[in-house]
Amino acid sequence: MSDSATSSKVLVLIDHAGGRVSKVGTEILTLAASIGEPAAVFVGAGSDAALATISEYGAASIYVASEDALDSHLVVPSVDALVEAAKLVNPKAILIASTAEGKEIAGRLAVRLNSGIITDAVAVSPEVIATQSIFGGSFTVQTKVTRGVPIITVRPNSTAPEKKPTTANKNELTVALSPQAALATVTEVNEAKSDGRPDLAEAAIVVSGGRGVGSADGFKVIEELADSLGAAVGASRAVTDAGWYPHQYQVGQTGRTVSPQLYLANGISGAIQHRAGMQTSKTIVAVNKDPEAPIFELVDFGVVGDLFEVVPQLTAEVKKRQN
Amino acid sequence: MRIAVCVKQVPDTWSEKVLRDSDKTLDRDAAEGVLNELDEYAVEEAIRLVETHTGEAVVISMGPERAAESIRKALSMGADSGVHICDPALHGSDALATSLVLAKALEGRNFDLILFGSESTDARMSVVPAMVAERLGLPQLTFANSVSVQGDEITTTRITSDGVATVRAKLPAVVSVVEKINEPRYPSFKGIMAAKKKTIETLSLNDLGIAASDVGLAASWSLVETVTPRPAKTKGALHTDAGDGGLKIAEFLTTQKII
Repeated sequence: MSDSATSSKVLVLIDHAGGRVSKVGTEILTLAASIGEPAAVFVGAGSDAALATISEYGAASIYVASEDALDSHLVVPSVDALVEAAKLVNPKAILIASTAEGKEIAGRLAVRLNSGIITDAVAVSPEVIATQSIFGGSFTVQTKVTRGVPIITVRPNSTAPEKKPTTANKNELTVALSPQAALATVTEVNEAKSDGRPDLAEAAIVVSGGRGVGSADGFKVIEELADSLGAAVGASRAVTDAGWYPHQYQVGQTGRTVSPQLYLANGISGAIQHRAGMQTSKTIVAVNKDPEAPIFELVDFGVVGDLFEVVPQLTAEVKKRQN
Repeated sequence: MRIAVCVKQVPDTWSEKVLRDSDKTLDRDAAEGVLNELDEYAVEEAIRLVETHTGEAVVISMGPERAAESIRKALSMGADSGVHICDPALHGSDALATSLVLAKALEGRNFDLILFGSESTDARMSVVPAMVAERLGLPQLTFANSVSVQGDEITTTRITSDGVATVRAKLPAVVSVVEKINEPRYPSFKGIMAAKKKTIETLSLNDLGIAASDVGLAASWSLVETVTPRPAKTKGALHTDAGDGGLKIAEFLTTQKII
């Protein structure tokens, strides 16, 4: 694809669950509108439900691939759909949410389109230069793709979603599933039980518990504080290894990376593996018994004390101040 | 079964990372190199599958000379042999080039299963297994927290933030495993001694039929323009709880307009 043929369109693969567009989906549409003209690609069932949200966030065209078979295979159907959409619009860039599956879609797409890839961007300029925070936030780098269509995965919470209502023009994409798509079949799905809290990666506030919480029961005080703040619950690796809280909530080098407005670490010493997953949070508050805990090197405010005293008091005070 | 385990040597998490001024790549000599922690789970799973189904586990790694130490570690855990792709032209290779090199090294070796860790602890992109599957035209079963093989069929449970899915495919297949899948063994003294006698085959780009111009920093399809170290953070106030810790945090959150 030569530069001269490139349009101002920015393809956005819509992150959704059964047609409910996720928050990061609306964030990336907003980001796309700052780079060029957003064009949405929707894969799977539920496009009618998603249409309203997608046009509300500024996509003037939507390419829909909705064959039933698409939902029973991993990753590849979205790659196939994006390849087709890219042929149609010659995009300036392709933006995808930086989820586990989103990054894999981007990886395979890069091989298919012979294009460069950047993952985990926290910003993208109109010149399609991406900003990344690497090595647990030790460095900020600006990277551009030098070959093909820039394929960029964007972290949740990178852009504030802004409505920009338009009337979206819906186009059905005819996607011939590549033979590769059918090679692996999803035979059963148990969706993560919704705990009624925001998704960990998308939450504006994350309340985390570590070894200091002491037991699975101890997590009740963490959950109560999270609920008073409308926050997600996170956990350190010591906690998930001990089985006190499920693995999907693990924050850190080998877990999820979060970058919320506020990260509240309770009973977490702040080992480097944990810090790698949370130290780009805007505001960090910690409660720990040990005044020497490394987490205190990162905090904007810290309390040296017993979390079972401090946290319930904070929960009560938050409720009081919010009334 | 013939199992390939692709591993990477990464800088020790505890070490300070330095980016070279000259080409803005990670200075891998400045930090101690260790076997990527998440790859140990893939090595362990390969050894267990061989214990159950017989066969062999071959460790494959691309990296500078000292990456051989990480291959040797996997061999001391119990893998059978190693393949080390080592070539000065590989310096600065991105994920696309890495996947090309691994795919070429894997091609034609008749592996039933190609295992990876779910990500490297340095680059953290998590894209190489998917890229290798794409290049080899193989099914991709990534983020597995259980793997079972029956005949020529593999079943994994895939764990992501969306939930748990059961995924099935015919072998050969590409699988990446998450850290909760098993407990990697420590190399025993006997294992360490045995590993010294195991073969590590060294391959150059020439051996793989890859042109030096297709890999390395010059062929990288993305370019780092600027690098900014994080400004030193001013440590915030510490308050020692005197029965008012929760109130103090609430006050702080109010001044930050969070509540």
